[in-house]
Amino acid sequence: MTAVPEAPAATQTLVGIQGVSRRFGDVTALDDVTLDIRQGEFFALLGPSGCGKTTLLRILAGFETPDSGTVTLDGADLLARPAHRRPVNLMFQSYALFPHMTVARNVAYGLEREGLPRAEVRSRVAEVLGTVGLTTQAGRRPDQLSGGQRQRVALARAIVKRPRLLLLDEPLSALDKKVRAEMQLELKRLQHEVGITFVVVTHDQEEAMSLADRIAVLDSGRVQQVDAPVRLYERPSTPFVAGFIGANNLFEGTAAGGGLSVPGLGTLPAAGGLAAGTPALLGVRPESVRLGDTGDLRGVVADVSFYGGLSHIAVRVAGHDRPVLVAEQGPSRVHAGARVGLGWSAADAVLIAR
Amino acid sequence: MTTEHDIARPGAATGPLSGRSPRRARVLGRAAARLAFLGPGVGYLIVLLIVPLALLLSYTIFRRGRFGGVVYETTGENFSRLVDPLYLDVFLGSIQTAAITTLAALLLGYPTAYAIARLPRRWKTIALVAVVLPFWTNFLIRVYAWVILLSGPGLVNEALTGIGLIDEPLELLYNQGTIVTGLLYSYLPLMVLPLYAAIERLDPQLREASANLGARPARTFWSVTLPLSMPGVLTGCMFVFVPCLGNFVIPEILGGGRSIMVGNLIRDQFLKARDWPFGATLALAVIAALVVLLFLQAWASRVYGGTGERRA
Amino acid sequence: MRRPGLLYVPFWATYVFLYTPIVVLVVMSFNAGDSPYTFEGASLKWYGELAGDATVRQGLVNTLIVAAGSTVLSTVLGTLLAVGMARYSRSRLLDAFGLLPAVLPDLVLAIALLVFYAAVQMTLGLHSVIMAHVVFGMAFVAAVVRTRLSHADTSLEEASRDLGATPLATFTRITLPTLAPGIVAGALLAFTLSIDEFVIAFFTAAPTEPTLPIVIYSMVRFGVTPEINALATILLAVSFTVVIVAQRMTRLTESFR
Repeated sequence: MTAVPEAPAATQTLVGIQGVSRRFGDVTALDDVTLDIRQGEFFALLGPSGCGKTTLLRILAGFETPDSGTVTLDGADLLARPAHRRPVNLMFQSYALFPHMTVARNVAYGLEREGLPRAEVRSRVAEVLGTVGLTTQAGRRPDQLSGGQRQRVALARAIVKRPRLLLLDEPLSALDKKVRAEMQLELKRLQHEVGITFVVVTHDQEEAMSLADRIAVLDSGRVQQVDAPVRLYERPSTPFVAGFIGANNLFEGTAAGGGLSVPGLGTLPAAGGLAAGTPALLGVRPESVRLGDTGDLRGVVADVSFYGGLSHIAVRVAGHDRPVLVAEQGPSRVHAGARVGLGWSAADAVLIAR
Repeated sequence: MTTEHDIARPGAATGPLSGRSPRRARVLGRAAARLAFLGPGVGYLIVLLIVPLALLLSYTIFRRGRFGGVVYETTGENFSRLVDPLYLDVFLGSIQTAAITTLAALLLGYPTAYAIARLPRRWKTIALVAVVLPFWTNFLIRVYAWVILLSGPGLVNEALTGIGLIDEPLELLYNQGTIVTGLLYSYLPLMVLPLYAAIERLDPQLREASANLGARPARTFWSVTLPLSMPGVLTGCMFVFVPCLGNFVIPEILGGGRSIMVGNLIRDQFLKARDWPFGATLALAVIAALVVLLFLQAWASRVYGGTGERRA
Repeated sequence: MRRPGLLYVPFWATYVFLYTPIVVLVVMSFNAGDSPYTFEGASLKWYGELAGDATVRQGLVNTLIVAAGSTVLSTVLGTLLAVGMARYSRSRLLDAFGLLPAVLPDLVLAIALLVFYAAVQMTLGLHSVIMAHVVFGMAFVAAVVRTRLSHADTSLEEASRDLGATPLATFTRITLPTLAPGIVAGALLAFTLSIDEFVIAFFTAAPTEPTLPIVIYSMVRFGVTPEINALATILLAVSFTVVIVAQRMTRLTESFR
């Protein structure tokens, strides 16, 4: 695995997941998953639906038990404790607010179960409602709140317990676009403020990228790569990650000196330490591809789409089954049908062993 | 690290003493919860439903006791009596009466349910409540009201003589038609409700699509609405047929006290003739008929599997 | 939109059919004469007769005892059964088993219980009727509560456990309150079914302790007097009031939610 830049907060391991597997009948939800989540970081589990991320989350919360493997929290066995005795709280995707209780009663629920004195419950509820900006809504019922407000209640209800670990299941998926952006900032601010380790599960890579310090990409129950968002984007280490994160132009071939040798296209430039002759994949981001009169590849512009800030140009290249995507700032100067050359610098392309 | 690993592994528990295995504890907890929730109800039903039914059915192979009850000597007599024309006719007649009632309920109930489903929301609720309201009053009194209506000096005869249609009061009581009327009156709401539920659920866009594709209203009804409301039709028919078949009160009040339906026969075996084994055998025949019907219904509802429900 | 007028013929026929006997009953209850068939002027005579009828009064008391007792038991057992079937069992056999008393013809259940009581030599009385009514009451409560459960969000219970509630606290503080409307509806259903139930009570009650439907049955069978009309009118008035009040109350609670 690639070396990772230091996470901003601390580097002490909070949660240790070792060799965890879980099968449901014929389906392998988790296949020998090993992960470390560090104290104070904002961690994301990212993957397509059915990749096992929700199962892993439910194992951490205590609603599932793995078939094998261990999970530790602060070095102690977490699996031995039932869900209600874990210093772990979950913000449900549906929020799961108790419909028969007011906002304040919802938030107080977890503290009351700890048997805390009433005065303390009241002051902590008031404090956390202040933090999420819902002081005036304390007496309302969940169905009288907007989607964003409901999410704040769910969040308040979880963090008021001051858990060691806060799990968030698709936290932004139920919100509309505008509220999403707001909540995104809010979540980051809160995580800083309360200093709790957050683990967010999501299928939305933008959500993971913008929120998390580190992201684990899961596919078919296996961990593909764990890295900081920028490294994940720039240096995918498996073919799955290269295809899953962001738009990417992928070429199959064998590693050769200074690049990738692709039958029919020649040698394409890429940096990387793969031994010559290794079957490999070359990935280059659309924004790294230059459009010009000459280049390593030649093709015909098939389509130009304008997205306001930038344009996407699809170029059909003979010998490659999918059009090569190029992203340019502003409106494009080329039109469909134009013959163009494509090129990129070796440093912008990544080579991945197949 | 390895020891923790072992503890978490379900297979690695080192014997009955290692109660710390979370998996085992959870399995035990679930078993305890299962017992706490299911135990009382299932236990109750076993003692007061399964055992009595088994006992009842076991009586079918024994001889009658002299003063009711049973003598534990096996015999096939009860079953051979069942096919005696005397009893077989009553049994088949009961099925016929129940079937006629069900059909009448369907013919009256379907258009009613359809009309209710198309009422404005406010009137819908009122119309539905009005269908159910008579159902929430004493069943015997409702049936008795028909005695008042249909008797010789009763209102129907009064009305008919009054407008000069007849000279002599008609003998309206105590025949199959009267029994069907009473059964229909008692169980019609059970037909209307499931039909209404099925019709109301249908996506109005399906009707519109059918019309848009050139179907006239009648064609739309036969090709779209009726097939899609079939599950409701089947449920309604079951709801009406089942209580009709085993009924003995309505035939008794409106049928003049003779043993007209199989329900009366069963009642008489238990309370008058004191022939419990034969009564049990008659009950078994009723159950058998209903089981056949349930299978038919299950088969039919598979055939009409589509639901065409309105999307949320 | 074209109004299919033909459709409204059976529609109105249904309501005329359903309500004519009821109207006749009510009108005849105010009859001054002795005939149940012909109206001979208005009076409250038969209501007076009814008020003095000790058999009817005792029947009513017996019925209320049976209904109350069987409703309490049915509600507790049925609710537990519904939660158990939904959360701790995937057996379709058990589902069918739970519904059996609701689909079994009442006569079959009645004679089965009669045979059973005789076999274990239990003396009949109000207790034997209560036990019998619980058999089907529980099935109806379980069915209603299960419908409610199937719409309920299981993540609420998980959220409760996640927030540190023990399984028992989760059941009493989250599961039961979310099920409350279903439980109340099921209990009301069990109560009304028990009050009106005749066939099973007829076979399992002691002759000395008849419930009201049994009293009505013997009145209907042996002496057609307008007193029955008065009783019918009162029962109708009570049922109508209860239904309308219940309707109002649901609307009221809905507006609170």
